[in-house]
Amino acid sequence: MIELANVTKSFGSNHVLRGVNLIVPKGQSMVVIGGSGTGKSVLLKCVLGLVRPDQGLITLDGQDVAKAEREAFLARFGMLFQGGALFDSLKVWENVAFRLLRGPLKRPKAEARAIAIEKLRRVGLVPETADLFPAELSGGMQKRVGLARAIAAEPEIIFFDEPTTGLDPIMAGVINDLIREIVSEMGATAITITHDMTSVRAIADRVAMLHGGVIRWTGPVKEMDVTSDPYVQQFIHGRATGPIAAVR
Amino acid sequence: MTLASPLAALGRPVLAALAALGRVAIYAGQTFGALFSKPFYTREFLSSLLHVGWLSLPVVGLTAIFTGGALALQIYAGGQRFSAEAVVPQIVAIGMVRELGPVLVGLMIAARVTSSIAAEIATMKVTEQIDALVTLSTNPLKYLTLPRVLAGTLTVPLLVAVGDIIGIMGGFLVATGQLGFNKATYIQNTLDFLEGADVVSSLVKGAVFGFIATLIGCYHGMASGRGAMGVGGATKTAVAAASVLILAANFLLTSVMFGS
Ligand SMILES: Nc1ncnc2c1ncn2[C@@H]1O[C@H](COP(=O)(O)OP(=O)(O)OP(=O)(O)O)[C@@H](O)[C@H]1O
Ligand SMILES: [Mg+2]
Repeated sequence: MIELANVTKSFGSNHVLRGVNLIVPKGQSMVVIGGSGTGKSVLLKCVLGLVRPDQGLITLDGQDVAKAEREAFLARFGMLFQGGALFDSLKVWENVAFRLLRGPLKRPKAEARAIAIEKLRRVGLVPETADLFPAELSGGMQKRVGLARAIAAEPEIIFFDEPTTGLDPIMAGVINDLIREIVSEMGATAITITHDMTSVRAIADRVAMLHGGVIRWTGPVKEMDVTSDPYVQQFIHGRATGPIAAVR
Repeated sequence: MTLASPLAALGRPVLAALAALGRVAIYAGQTFGALFSKPFYTREFLSSLLHVGWLSLPVVGLTAIFTGGALALQIYAGGQRFSAEAVVPQIVAIGMVRELGPVLVGLMIAARVTSSIAAEIATMKVTEQIDALVTLSTNPLKYLTLPRVLAGTLTVPLLVAVGDIIGIMGGFLVATGQLGFNKATYIQNTLDFLEGADVVSSLVKGAVFGFIATLIGCYHGMASGRGAMGVGGATKTAVAAASVLILAANFLLTSVMFGS
């Protein structure tokens, strides 16, 4: 279980998170929605310790993440970055198998490569992509390689930052199914950021909406459509007018 | 405007420079510490050896040969004024080995290697590749910095040695081809004159400059701001800082080793 209590983070005078409270139970799929620039990516980075929160407490299974032994802590996580963040000096398969080629999870090269190719297949990429360099791929393909890398070592907790942006509708469907499968079959805990309402409905057990630096609304995905919260309603229906200003 | 403001204007950059130097020193300490704990990324180290050392050879060779040649011409012309033109082999040797070899190689490495390291790491920083490394349980200090700094510290002395030899050869070619020196005597004079301490000082300088060039490249890459501007800024600062530090270190090392 991941728990955030009163987490705040500012960059200079830009107060991004102003007291976030959120609980993500083990084995559940949480989807975080919210306007562009509201701090969703920063939120995930705070949990991973890539960004140090100014205040508040973040715990994983009751243990303060800031005090956790970094190596063991991070070994439990997989993360898909919004921009893919592939290592451009390494081939696609070496990116996917990064964890399997070094460190405690190290295994023989041929085996690591086979796993990488299998993960690539699961994100809809043919084995021939394995030997290309990231710069030779399209944006959507890079995103999927990033996804394959995030799941390659079968982590317990996976963060997906906009997994389907830049993908065609069919590929987006494949990815949605994959994320759902990872949660329900492998029992992973997932936090997904997305702007795609189809994805939200396909992936989420629970939904949380970040707005104004706090979690404005959270609840089971079924309740998202019927909640009377005007912010959520404006957001999920994509209305230009409402409590959320169009210019931010 | 008060009387103190020119002083403040002078003091602020000095303080900032000292603070930066302190941060670099801490970073250097952390890098050194990383040497003694596992894992060691051999593949990254070998690739750094290739990029820092081997691929710098052409630049180093060309720089050295032209410098050695020009040095011979200058010493000959200058020496003629008090009929001391015969000292060309000795002065070329000592000038190359003690000063010009290490300094020029160091500066060329700052231009070639520091810039590429800083730009590469800064780009990794702004595209979240450094964050990705961390989440994949890999310490960037060990994976990126240590292999590069180690490669720089080990290969730049060798590059300096090569530069020294090629520089002396440049002087030899000009002196024997154009200034009428006897080949055998030229070589004999060079060998007789150079001492072990000269060569050692050259290599020590090379190691220090290689350390500085690679460490500063990594440091500024890691400290890069966001976006393309951040990468450009990091690269520029890294090359400038590495060059100045190399020249300052050269002065210090020369004073320590030859200052008595
Ligand atoms: N390292 C940083 N330094 C300074 N400001 C930052 C940094 N990272 C994020 N920010 C700022 O924090 C705010 C939130 O950024 P974040 O990337 O979390 O937005 P987001 O909700 O993920 O938006 P999007 O949906 O567009 O990805 C933005 O205003 C951004 O400028
Ligand atoms: Mg984001």
